[in-house]
Amino acid sequence: MSGTTGTAQVTVGSEPEIRPAVWSALGTVRDPELDEPLTELGFVSHCEVSPTGEALVRLRLPTYFCAPNFAFLMVADAYDAVSAVPGIRRTVVELTDHFAADVINSGVAARAGFLGTFGDEAVDELDGLRADFVRKAVLAGTDRVCRAMVRAGTDPASLAGLALGDAPESTDRERLRARRRELGLPSTDRDPLVLDPATGAGVEEAGMRRHLGFARLTRVSQEANSGVCRGMLRARYPESQPTATQGQEQT
Amino acid sequence: MYTKDGENYFVVDGHTHFWDASPANWIRGQEKYAKGWIECFHAYQGLGPAETHWPIEKFQKYSEETMMRDLFDDGHVDVAIFQPTNLRQWYVNGFNTTEVDGAMSERHPGKFVVNTTWDPREGDEGLRALEEHAKRWDCKGVKLYTAEWRGDSRGWNLKSAESARYLEKCQELGIRNIHVHKGPTIWPLDKDAFDVSDVDFAATNFPELNFIVEHVGLPRIEDFCFMATQEPNVYAGLAVVIGGLMHARPRFFAKVMGELMFWLGEDKLIFGADYAIWEPRWQVEGFVDWNMPEDDEFGDYGKLTVTQKKKILGLNAARLYDLKVPADLEDAKEKTTEPVGVPAS
Repeated sequence: MSGTTGTAQVTVGSEPEIRPAVWSALGTVRDPELDEPLTELGFVSHCEVSPTGEALVRLRLPTYFCAPNFAFLMVADAYDAVSAVPGIRRTVVELTDHFAADVINSGVAARAGFLGTFGDEAVDELDGLRADFVRKAVLAGTDRVCRAMVRAGTDPASLAGLALGDAPESTDRERLRARRRELGLPSTDRDPLVLDPATGAGVEEAGMRRHLGFARLTRVSQEANSGVCRGMLRARYPESQPTATQGQEQT
Repeated sequence: MYTKDGENYFVVDGHTHFWDASPANWIRGQEKYAKGWIECFHAYQGLGPAETHWPIEKFQKYSEETMMRDLFDDGHVDVAIFQPTNLRQWYVNGFNTTEVDGAMSERHPGKFVVNTTWDPREGDEGLRALEEHAKRWDCKGVKLYTAEWRGDSRGWNLKSAESARYLEKCQELGIRNIHVHKGPTIWPLDKDAFDVSDVDFAATNFPELNFIVEHVGLPRIEDFCFMATQEPNVYAGLAVVIGGLMHARPRFFAKVMGELMFWLGEDKLIFGADYAIWEPRWQVEGFVDWNMPEDDEFGDYGKLTVTQKKKILGLNAARLYDLKVPADLEDAKEKTTEPVGVPAS
């Protein structure tokens, strides 16, 4: 895993102190489905701050028909993250090369919400969809943390009795904790290491094997999707060089 | 028939298309969708080996000769199953219709299986059209798009009473194989169109029908696998899995195959090249040569045997579609095994 930022395609504006802060803010915005930062996925094609504090960010996605609900979430989240950077007076986030780009861009700029943006074409805001994917991220994160422990010698049968704080400190553990916290699930060191993301209840030993099997499957699915998206992005924008994370093959 | 190391593989390509996405077929006012759609497909082709990439002009519209050569002369395919995708809202004559597929099949007897499609929102008229298609082309399968936007309707699902009427009609007509597209879609905009709970419901209510979830519910393989473990008549269509991952992302491909073998097992996986997105040749040859890597990282997954590969590449589909296979492969075709799976504890 790497935390480097892909600066190659980023235009340096004339406010050198603010631009890195804007880039960092964009690094907190995730593709909800892939659970990875837009900056690492190569989705940020342009990031510029003017001397008057206007931020212009352009986003690009792997296909013209990427799901508009996820696209909307990413544009809206990017807008919120950049707007919150001290010194930024105005924010423009433009999704490019997407069939619904104009509608999404103007909807986000007007703070219209998903329903206000798409009217009759949508019936719900996207909170439920987002939560579904954070639950998947909890499962995938559980596999990452527990797999490393089992490899290091922890008996899988003992996992049911362990707490989050019993897992060795790692970025994976903290990422798992952060996703649990986002959902309002127990996330202190004393809370169960393995819990059901739908209910928050600890998983008992009898159900552990199945739960971990499903956690592994969820991680495989998430990482395979990320691999497809990265491949498609590169096919579409051959100049893009997304940086390596766990979603990319280390071959 | 593909032969490698003395082993014969009867290859059924469970997912093929003969489409026309050339500009002449774009509907006025809908050009950006018609163009965007085929460009999106074309980007998927980029996940295959470079020497199999086509220029966009050829990809928009390819000839019958090209297809016959790519599938049957070069691609090792014995029988290919047409899965229609109408898209008449963007393409004047449709993108890839039952009629076009059926006509091509008639010109090449024995090479193709023609599947048709239905949409329960078409009511009695749709039922009549289904019957007509089924009789005309002896259909044994249908391809369904539950997420399709139409007028004010935000798509449909297999749980509805209208859908049940169509499924009953399928049974009556001898259509046993219900291929359901659960994968990337466009409209309705906010819908998570990958929800497979309706397949779960229909598979329980229609135990004599087979439900093949195309693209294994990608990108939601986990939801699909979880559902499929509970339904004996649910299958995985591998279109996109082999084409999209085996070359571009070999390690993820191995894991996805490992999971599918673990949760569904060797009798439930159906190969599909998804032509013309990807040519079958490199997929068939590559899959026969492929096996689970040795590293620890793949330690949870078993290696595939020659027999398992034979089933996946053709014998499973032959069983579902009653296709005649060479005598030496008949045994493997019928054999069924329990998936490794995990006990429901």
